[in-house]
Amino acid sequence: MIANSRRGRLLAVAAVAALTLGATACQSDDKPDTAAGGGSSAAAGPVTVTLQTFGGGKNFGYKEAVDKWNAEHKDIQIKYDNLTDQFEQVYWPQMIQWLQSGAGAGDVVGIDEGGMGLAKAHPEWWADLGEFGLQNRKADFAAWKWENGVTADGKLFGLGTDVGGMSLCYRRDLFEKAGLPADRDEVSKLWPTWDDFVQVAHKFQDKIKNTKFVDGTNTLYNVVLVQEGAKNGNVTYFDKDNNLIVDKNPAVKTAYDFAQKISQEGLTAKLRNFTPEWNTGMKKSQFATLGCPSWMLGAVSGDGGAGPDFKGKWDVAAVPGGGGNWGGSWLAVPKQSKHPKEAAQVLDYLTGKDAEVSVFNYAGNMPSNVQAQQDPAVQGAKNEYFNDAPVGDIFAKSAASLQPIFLGVKHAQVKNAIESVVSAIDDGSVPYANGWKKLVDDAVKAAG
Amino acid sequence: MSLHVDAGQPTRAPMPPSRRHVRQRPGRSFMTWLDLKAAPYLLVSPYYLLFLIFGLFPLGFTLYFSFFDYDLTGTVEWTGLGNYTAMLGDAAFWKAVVNTLAMFLIATIPQILLALMLANALNKRFKFQLGVRLGVLLPLVTSVVAVAVVFTQLYGRDWGVVNWVLGWFGADPIDWKAERLPSWIAIATMIDWRWTGYNAIIFLAGMQTIPKDLYEAASIDGASRRRQFWQITIPMLRPTMIFVVLNSTIGGLTLFSEPTTFYNGNVHGGTNSQFQTVSMFIFEQGFREFDYGYASAAAWLLFLLILIGSGINFLLIRRIGGNK
Repeated sequence: MIANSRRGRLLAVAAVAALTLGATACQSDDKPDTAAGGGSSAAAGPVTVTLQTFGGGKNFGYKEAVDKWNAEHKDIQIKYDNLTDQFEQVYWPQMIQWLQSGAGAGDVVGIDEGGMGLAKAHPEWWADLGEFGLQNRKADFAAWKWENGVTADGKLFGLGTDVGGMSLCYRRDLFEKAGLPADRDEVSKLWPTWDDFVQVAHKFQDKIKNTKFVDGTNTLYNVVLVQEGAKNGNVTYFDKDNNLIVDKNPAVKTAYDFAQKISQEGLTAKLRNFTPEWNTGMKKSQFATLGCPSWMLGAVSGDGGAGPDFKGKWDVAAVPGGGGNWGGSWLAVPKQSKHPKEAAQVLDYLTGKDAEVSVFNYAGNMPSNVQAQQDPAVQGAKNEYFNDAPVGDIFAKSAASLQPIFLGVKHAQVKNAIESVVSAIDDGSVPYANGWKKLVDDAVKAAG
Repeated sequence: MSLHVDAGQPTRAPMPPSRRHVRQRPGRSFMTWLDLKAAPYLLVSPYYLLFLIFGLFPLGFTLYFSFFDYDLTGTVEWTGLGNYTAMLGDAAFWKAVVNTLAMFLIATIPQILLALMLANALNKRFKFQLGVRLGVLLPLVTSVVAVAVVFTQLYGRDWGVVNWVLGWFGADPIDWKAERLPSWIAIATMIDWRWTGYNAIIFLAGMQTIPKDLYEAASIDGASRRRQFWQITIPMLRPTMIFVVLNSTIGGLTLFSEPTTFYNGNVHGGTNSQFQTVSMFIFEQGFREFDYGYASAAAWLLFLLILIGSGINFLLIRRIGGNK
């Protein structure tokens, strides 16, 4: 009797477990499906075009542009869904699964530069935007931005949203407290090179103890990497034949050494970018400067980042080492979309001049659309949150001359593995002495 | 089940005539067959069908692909045992194994002891008995993710409550996510907070099936409360103990949600995989690196690990209150 009833209990537990598993499996399958096929009753109601993006704070900055479209187009409604703030770790792997399995992806999806190598290698994932007349947009973009949206077999699948550009964000109030100049031109003059930057950091740190000068190793590692990459044939982790060159490219070593230096000298708050702790760190003034590609401005000013309490306390100065191109994204329409025509219309609108100007004014992301870059509203723009910094002047002028960095097919995976190590030397889980070796080893493993 | 057997015995004698009777009406014989022979199988079949679809099929499928170099975004190539041999030399895999076993031990041993003490306390008579017993189960109703999010805040390096309290005693703040042992402890407390009450209730149920006269006899013989607990309660709880320990073993070795949520949903388990479990390793290989074959092989090694772990625990528990 006892034995029997226990087996019954076990079975019941197992059955419940199986049912729960089944139910959750269905759930996770269903959810994206309904999202993507939101307008499956197309004939009756308006078509819903799901727009999937990633990023912290204001991410792609489409809020105002989407509201405007939705008010003007009753027949096509955009459902704007920012899935996560992490591209390599969460968004892109999930997206690859959806693209490969043929269900789950939105009608218009954002792709970071790091995913474009793989995206280009899989033309079967994407709808042909040429079919919807978007070939005529070629004049709107710099040649490299346009060509990166074309697959190996010549199919146009993606159009550019924003480009990197580079600056350094800093906290005016804390600089004043530390006896440093707070005016952005004077701050820019403080650090023509990264060595100067480190010296300023020590001066700051001597005066102020409970705020670190830098957020962590990872942000500035990436800033230095793209600057050095540009000096080394515009490549970082992969050469143009997709061979892994992490151990051979001096750019990677230089960037890593710099990251190790600022960590070792106690200048970092040991916060990894795009984590909840990093967001809290901005709200609690745990760091005073931040490497700022144009899209980072939205990550700082958005509610997830420093938020409205710090309006006017942040400012934007020139980056040491001069310029650099980190980040920038594309929009594409997955082949699985049930409304490719409407999706292409939305994509056309969102990468158009008006929408990209709107994004710039709302979030700060520098347009990749040449006409938007030249628009007086962009050129003369000031960012209120950043103490009215002339962001148009800072970013738009350099935008036209930006050099594209080549990123390999497996760039996202390798980047993810390397950034873990770059953060690990900062939090102490990998000793400084082993950091470089582990970085190379893990990169090789991730690329294999 | 036993009821059915009991009822069957008296009818056994008059069976032959009725059988002959049935043979004359084939339709009814089918109904009888359906009723007596097939119905039980039909009734249990939903579970087995579900198990076949969600249990056995994935199991076989996983085994099959563990012999391939299967990249989701690339090619599928036969490698034989290549994935397994590579894994045995993969430091990252062994690190995940060590993490998993360590967290299992740190979480399970105190949890089972606590649950036993809790059940023993609940087994006595007191006011609001039902309410208190139900209250012990409350943590189980909360979602794993909610628990993990709250505990992640508690264990924050800069603004967490735990470090704040430790600060009263002059301790330096601990970076719970960066250091290996602290991260294991943090995750173990999440697991214990959720499952101790559940195990206590199961122990309590087991304790209530122990006949009272054993305790009475022991009292008359002058055995103390403590002695009664160790020499009556514990040995008599052995079957329950086996269930609880095996359940905890399976749960502990497949640990995933708590450590993943602890690192912001990232299956790397800390910057240097300080608290990456084998389940997270499988997920990372399969759904981050898209190396399905490697992940499948890791899943089978985890299955073996669970079999071994369960076997060892079963042997250990069976000795409780044995001849010695």
